[in-house]
Amino acid sequence: MTPTPPREPDGLRPVSLHGWWLVFALGAAGLASMAGLVLGPADLGVGRVLVELADGLPFVEFDSGLGERQQAIVWEIRLPRVVLGLLVGAMLATAGGAYQGVFRNPLADPYLLGVAAGAGFGATVAIVTGAGDGIGVLDPVPLAAFAGALLAVTLTYLVGATGGRLNPVTSLVLAGVAVASFFTAVQTFVQQRESETIRQVYFFVLGQLRTAGWDEVVLLAPYTVVCLAVILAVRHRLDVLGVGDEEAGALGLEVRRMRLVTVVAASLGTAAAVAVSGLIGFVGIIVPHTVRLIFGTSYRVILPLTVLFGGAFLVAADLVARLVLQPAEIPIGVVTAFLGAPFFVVVLRSARRAS
Amino acid sequence: MTAISCRDVAVAFDGFEVLRGVDLDVASGGWVTVVGPNGAGKSTLLRAAAGVVAAAGSISLGGRPVDGLTRRELARLVALVSQEPVVPTGMRVVDYVLLGRTAHLGFFEPEGKRDLTVVASALDALDARHLADRVVDTLSGGERQRIVVARALAQESPVLLLDEPTTALDMGHQQETLELVDRLRSERNLTVLATMHDLTLAGQYADRLVMLVAGQVVADGPAAEVLTAEAVAHHYGARVRVIDDATGPIVVPVPGANPG
Repeated sequence: MTPTPPREPDGLRPVSLHGWWLVFALGAAGLASMAGLVLGPADLGVGRVLVELADGLPFVEFDSGLGERQQAIVWEIRLPRVVLGLLVGAMLATAGGAYQGVFRNPLADPYLLGVAAGAGFGATVAIVTGAGDGIGVLDPVPLAAFAGALLAVTLTYLVGATGGRLNPVTSLVLAGVAVASFFTAVQTFVQQRESETIRQVYFFVLGQLRTAGWDEVVLLAPYTVVCLAVILAVRHRLDVLGVGDEEAGALGLEVRRMRLVTVVAASLGTAAAVAVSGLIGFVGIIVPHTVRLIFGTSYRVILPLTVLFGGAFLVAADLVARLVLQPAEIPIGVVTAFLGAPFFVVVLRSARRAS
Repeated sequence: MTAISCRDVAVAFDGFEVLRGVDLDVASGGWVTVVGPNGAGKSTLLRAAAGVVAAAGSISLGGRPVDGLTRRELARLVALVSQEPVVPTGMRVVDYVLLGRTAHLGFFEPEGKRDLTVVASALDALDARHLADRVVDTLSGGERQRIVVARALAQESPVLLLDEPTTALDMGHQQETLELVDRLRSERNLTVLATMHDLTLAGQYADRLVMLVAGQVVADGPAAEVLTAEAVAHHYGARVRVIDDATGPIVVPVPGANPG
């Protein structure tokens, strides 16, 4: 049971993010990260990894007893991968939650407006032209995927804005469907013509948290931090959209601007995440909905918790992807859906019983 | 002073004129109710006054033309209670009424103590403080109507637009709601522009009635002048008897074939 917050002087208790929920979510992210650092082919031990991490702090020195090679495993292999998982998971989950809020559509996910199809197209073009293999900061594949994703979302927005008589949300979602189909068709065409690269393209489509040192993290972090900050900042007004566009407007909300700011932040962040990690599905749907079912329907609670649980979920999923068929890896998108779907069914059923 | 002033207001949807040439004034602190048959454009007139549908002609609130105002400025001048408010699932009453503070908050700004004080006062004004922790979609029709009015009060705007505030309510709750609005009007010096279907009730609570038919004003004045048996028969296609009473004209439907 969560503790009830103190009543305000007026005796009213508006919805707010309880400290304990935040601690719980931070704990989940911490636990998943720790597991990600400790578990793997090389047995390092929890205690020694913790001491090694503490040694990395400024102004202090500890001896973890780890050899040079083991230290490299912690600092150059596992930690960047865990941090990448946290960033991508947080971004995809929060973008999904934000889309669900501004489109008032529970099925909205980060790929709704064509980000995935655009990224897939961009990556495919980069791969078939032999431009790169998808690793490193200056590799053309993530750059092309990023450009493709932004191109697709921009097209969706331009097409959706000309929706005429349709409700603006409907016309934007329909434009997303059209643009995504178009880019998927072009991508399939390009891919068919260059079938020897199908495997590489396939890997991109299934998603992966591959890292080469800290390059990907450095590439992604600025986008994630800025986009998450914007989405978290609008969370105080996002609940207003729950009464529909017209009433929200009558209440004084600039609905179009609200939607634009949120969609731009969520799409930009998703495009950056997809560029480095490929198309990891399901995170953007399952995490915000699970948080909603457990912690309530207000976005001022859902979004901050989704940031943390999204990161935790993806790091945990990556761990499963790495360990189950060692030394081979399962594509992480397969794991998120395989574990996520049954878990979500359980949450859905228990929530229905509770209500 | 004039709180609401409409001059030659026209609204068209897809080329179809819903309102045309509407002139309407509501004095500050007054209560005007718009009556008229279904499809006359009553709701559209209110939505135009609230600035949520585009209108030709000129509409001023407290002497300020609505055209040049931002959504926030507008919402601080006028609060709209829709005919069928959208109730978000799972939202508690306190959070729902807090939505009324949107116009007073910046894009990224959380609500503060003052906003909660305003919400508390709005709930108190409607004797609804005990509902604060309830979930809105579990409330009865009467309770819900009070919560929606509380949200409008939390907006702290001088003009209140009520679109069919009593349609979903039984007779007792209809009277209760209208008494409440009348009390709030005098306590808070609000200006009320409402639409109503019940002509008797409409006449009892408004200073003035405006009859709107096919998008045009056909009568504007005290209830006794607007609610004549001839006018109701002609514009509503209804057979009625109008009884003069100290509280205003009582409009009673009479069985039988409708007059042409």
